[in-house]
Amino acid sequence: MANIIYNTAAIITLVSIGIAFIRMIIGPTVADRAVALDVMTINAISLIVFIAYYSNRIIYLDIAMVYALISFVGVVAIARYLERGI
Amino acid sequence: MISVIIIITLGILMIIAGIVALHLKNLLAAIITAGVISLLASVIYLILGSPDVAMTEASIGSGLTTIIFLYALNKVRKEKKDD
Amino acid sequence: MELFGAIITLIGSLFLLLGALGIFRMPDVYNRMQAGTKATTLGTIFFLFGISIGHLECGCFGKIVVLILFVMFTNPVSSNALARAAHFTGIKLTDRTKKDDLEKDNIKNKGEEK
Repeated sequence: MANIIYNTAAIITLVSIGIAFIRMIIGPTVADRAVALDVMTINAISLIVFIAYYSNRIIYLDIAMVYALISFVGVVAIARYLERGI
Repeated sequence: MISVIIIITLGILMIIAGIVALHLKNLLAAIITAGVISLLASVIYLILGSPDVAMTEASIGSGLTTIIFLYALNKVRKEKKDD
Repeated sequence: MELFGAIITLIGSLFLLLGALGIFRMPDVYNRMQAGTKATTLGTIFFLFGISIGHLECGCFGKIVVLILFVMFTNPVSSNALARAAHFTGIKLTDRTKKDDLEKDNIKNKGEEK
């Protein structure tokens, strides 16, 4: 029973990655695409933690942490480029 | 079963992102779209069972490549302004 | 206990779905930004907390708490930087906006304002 609910949650997260991806494709400005990238990364962190639960390996949580750090650096670099240039 | 669904969905999204990144006229948007490909690829590597490759792909492909591309684009923009 | 964690995880994934729908449906970039930041931060907290309390025996509670704190601190910061950059590059607000406090500041006089 609990496994079915966990799998449903993972599929809902995957669907929300897809919806944010549509906004990244059609977004009129660059800031729209950067926001969609941020949302996709947050959803992917949740998906990675689910994969760590699913395959029973704690080491995968480290990759989620690296992922969060890289996403933060990337979005701040894009914002700084938009404002005045790196 | 669910890992197969995740791999197929993310692979289709990667192909669409690659095609869109080729056809975009705005260079900054193309850089962001190319960063998304690396982010999705690292999730796929993780499901396939290689966490070290996933960590390298996430940090090099998405972080370092995006920042180097932004740096190069900034140099080009500054030189065009000076002319 | 595992069922309780599963239900919390499902609530978190619904919040993530609402955040993605807000990204898709909102009229301009600032509304998209607030939907995409607040809803996804709360959704991630619920999702990770549900998985960690569903499996207390695996010993991953500390790492997930560190991850939750990291997401909680960095997500609003990056969103704020992006909103400021978007306003200073001159992206228009939607027509239904009532009040804009940063209206007089643009990319020209950004250096003077303290």
